[in-house]
Amino acid sequence: MEQLNSYLIVAAILFCLGLFAVITRRNGVAVLMGIELILNSANINFVAFARFGGMNFSGQVFALFVIIMAAAEAAVALAIIINLYQNFKSINVDEAQQLQR
Amino acid sequence: MNIFIQYALVIYLLPLAAFGIQIFLGKRLPRQGDWVSIGAVLTTLILALAMFAGMLLNYNPDFETRAAFTWIDQGAFQIRMGFLIDNITIIMLLVVALISSMSHIYSLKYMAGDPRYSRYYAFLSLFTFSMNGIILADNLVLLYMSWELVGLSSYLLIGFWFEKDSAANAGKKAFLTNRVGDIGFFIGILIFFTAIGSFSYGDIFAGVAAGKLTGTLLTLGGVGLFMGAVGKSAQFPLHIWLPDAMEGPTPVSALIHAATMVAAGVYMMVRLFGLMTHDTLLLVAYIGGFTAFFAATIAITRNDIKQVLAYSTVSQLGYMILSVGTGAYVAAFFHLLTHAMFKANLFYGAGSVIHSMHHALHKKKDHETDPQDMRNMGGFKSKMPITYWSMMASTLAISGVPLFSGFLSKDAILAGTLSFAGKYPQHFLLPVFGFGAALITAFYMFRLMYMTFHNQPRRPDIYREIKESPREMVFPLVLLATLCLFIFYTLPNVNPLSDEGWFSTLIVARDSVVPVEMGPVIASEIEEGMHHSHYPAMGISIVMVALGILLAWLMYLKRRLSPAAWADKLKPLYRLSAGKYFVDEIYAKYLYRPVLGLADRIGYLDWDLYDKYFINGFGRVTTWLSTLSGKLDYDGLDQGIIDGIGRVIRYFGAILRGLQTGRLQSYLLFALLGIIIILVFQTI
Amino acid sequence: MGEAAFWFIVAVTLISALIVVSSRNLFYSAIALLFTFFGVAGLYIFLWADFLAGVQVLIYIGGILILILFGIMLTHKITSVDISHTSVQQGVGGIVVLLLFAALAWMIVRTPWLVAAAPEPPGTAGEIGKLLMTDYMLPFEVASVLLLGALLGAAVLSRKGN
Repeated sequence: MEQLNSYLIVAAILFCLGLFAVITRRNGVAVLMGIELILNSANINFVAFARFGGMNFSGQVFALFVIIMAAAEAAVALAIIINLYQNFKSINVDEAQQLQR
Repeated sequence: MNIFIQYALVIYLLPLAAFGIQIFLGKRLPRQGDWVSIGAVLTTLILALAMFAGMLLNYNPDFETRAAFTWIDQGAFQIRMGFLIDNITIIMLLVVALISSMSHIYSLKYMAGDPRYSRYYAFLSLFTFSMNGIILADNLVLLYMSWELVGLSSYLLIGFWFEKDSAANAGKKAFLTNRVGDIGFFIGILIFFTAIGSFSYGDIFAGVAAGKLTGTLLTLGGVGLFMGAVGKSAQFPLHIWLPDAMEGPTPVSALIHAATMVAAGVYMMVRLFGLMTHDTLLLVAYIGGFTAFFAATIAITRNDIKQVLAYSTVSQLGYMILSVGTGAYVAAFFHLLTHAMFKANLFYGAGSVIHSMHHALHKKKDHETDPQDMRNMGGFKSKMPITYWSMMASTLAISGVPLFSGFLSKDAILAGTLSFAGKYPQHFLLPVFGFGAALITAFYMFRLMYMTFHNQPRRPDIYREIKESPREMVFPLVLLATLCLFIFYTLPNVNPLSDEGWFSTLIVARDSVVPVEMGPVIASEIEEGMHHSHYPAMGISIVMVALGILLAWLMYLKRRLSPAAWADKLKPLYRLSAGKYFVDEIYAKYLYRPVLGLADRIGYLDWDLYDKYFINGFGRVTTWLSTLSGKLDYDGLDQGIIDGIGRVIRYFGAILRGLQTGRLQSYLLFALLGIIIILVFQTI
Repeated sequence: MGEAAFWFIVAVTLISALIVVSSRNLFYSAIALLFTFFGVAGLYIFLWADFLAGVQVLIYIGGILILILFGIMLTHKITSVDISHTSVQQGVGGIVVLLLFAALAWMIVRTPWLVAAAPEPPGTAGEIGKLLMTDYMLPFEVASVLLLGALLGAAVLSRKGN
């Protein structure tokens, strides 16, 4: 358990799961959840490297900033989703494909 | 930063702030924001008084303080901006603040009800700001910038009633005439800069003293600077704008004539006196002396009350310039100071009379009679006593009657010319100009007073409606009339025949930095000479003034001599004076018309020959060529090659289109694929 | 005991994350996300980051998750059965993600990480606080501006009408 690699692998799995959600989910809120997973996996990496790299607190401070950023991102992303819902009466991201037309 | 610099900075910036507020918000503020401008200018007055008090407490003729910062820094090329404050600066700041405050207060009633009331106050503030820049500058750049700002604000104010064609034209004339002088000024500045490599006064004076700029070029540089003064201070031959500038509102005339615009030229000459060579100064003296005499002779025959004062200003400025030319530049500055007070007062008095005339005419619904024509006045003394007595004080001062301020300053100037002529007898004309102008000045000023205030009213119908002006207009009159007494300039000395006092102690002549062999008369030598010529000059000038007053008294009060008969006897001279020596006409005939004709000629070349044949012909050939090339382009290139390429691209595009789903997530997928491919290739 | 607890937490984290990603019901996903966040907080504790674990619980579970639930409710009729959601391009996506995981795992295992031992600190909140007030002063302030910007931006974006 006191292995850097185990944490990194866990973080990698979490990252891939989040990415999978972002790529495959149609629902905007679900995509957002995927993004949160990705951010969490990055945070695990930060803290793990801080812990095994000689207890450097900068890593933890970084993780803190990521959490702050995530909060802001979640607020804005949900506002966008609600806006999307008002415009398209749906929050399925693949229906907002005006890029094609 | 010392306290003087701090005060100066506030004095400098406050009117600018007032201008900004007024021009953008003026109309929306209560009372159209006049209190913003007035508050600003009164604050500067208080600060200027504080600085003045500081100067008196110091009581040090060599007091001087500077502050500067680097404005533009490009290695070798540097421009430093800053203030130079010495006794001359402080006195001048006080004069500007005082006259400007008076004009602001006076305008409260004079401009009441004007549709552009707030803008008027904005421009007044801008004018004050620009003038303060000239006063405080310690370098030629700030001086020149403020110089042009003064030109701009005078243009805006002279042409303030631009609905009248005459006012709009007067504004333009002032601006353009000044431009002629400013070209010389600019050349002068550049001569000094190229030779010395700096714009700041300190460096320039040191450079000239070290001999970096000598000979003809130095003389030319001085002449260039003087040309600026000729334009701004309305000296012959560029004096023509000033009488026309009477089209502006009267408080503006007072401001222009007493403290701001015209004083700028003299002030600059006083500041930069040390850079003038002997030859430059001779030119200065002759132009000044001639202007003093010449303008005075024109003033005799004016019937418009403001025109008399306008030409008297030109004449008095001629005195100052003459005095700078003879090396007695302290006397010039002294006259600038006393003249500011009594000339401003005369204008306020004239404005008060005109204001009253306006109301009288308005009541009678008379729109024909000219409210400024003295031939419609007469006998106003009993109706407007305060205006009369305060104007009388100023008239005595400008004429040079003992006990009044003008006597001392004019006497100093005349003593200077006498001493100069004593050293160089070939220049005997200068004192002749000076004393002649003194006689004529007394004559035309008393003519004005008698025609306006004495005798029986010429138009009893108007006379009945005349009444004293309101408090706001009378207050500046009384204050400035008090300041016409000599005592304010000579304290603690109370002898009316001597100009010893705080002024002569605090402002002392400094010798020129120009090399001695081409230098002017040494300023201290002139001072020395002035002590000897003091009493002779005084004697002659008193006699001249008495003669002038006597003549006016005989002609216009007692009517022993008929002005008309005399005009008839001296017909050619009278016509010259009445026609203002036809300077405007000469300019029109030999300057404007040839230039306009030349412009027409060139216009013909440009439009009828060049444009019609060359340009249009060129155009026709081009049109023909482009039609041809258009045919080639459209039928050959477009249809065949371009469209062909387009068709091919569209075909491939249709195939590739399937990949572009427009879904964000599939794009992301492709991006991921790309990343994986890169990773794989990197590890292999 | 510690070993078992660690693997238990890892299992909770990963399984709940898998539910988040694969559940057909959006509500189940959100609830599963709750456990994932708790799991990550547990991992932080194992990594001697007690303060961060607290922050994780407070902000992620107390803030972001609530926000997500609000998002779900505001965009669906709560009574409707159509709260489920579907997925697209699952096949290709799965393959690509697996490939990526393989690449990551290979890199993690192959890399000789620089590891330095250090004693366990008595508490982390104090140290983080010091860092925030010294070295990270500027980012700290910028973060506050960012939050304000996000607040305003969210308000502007979600306003009805234009």
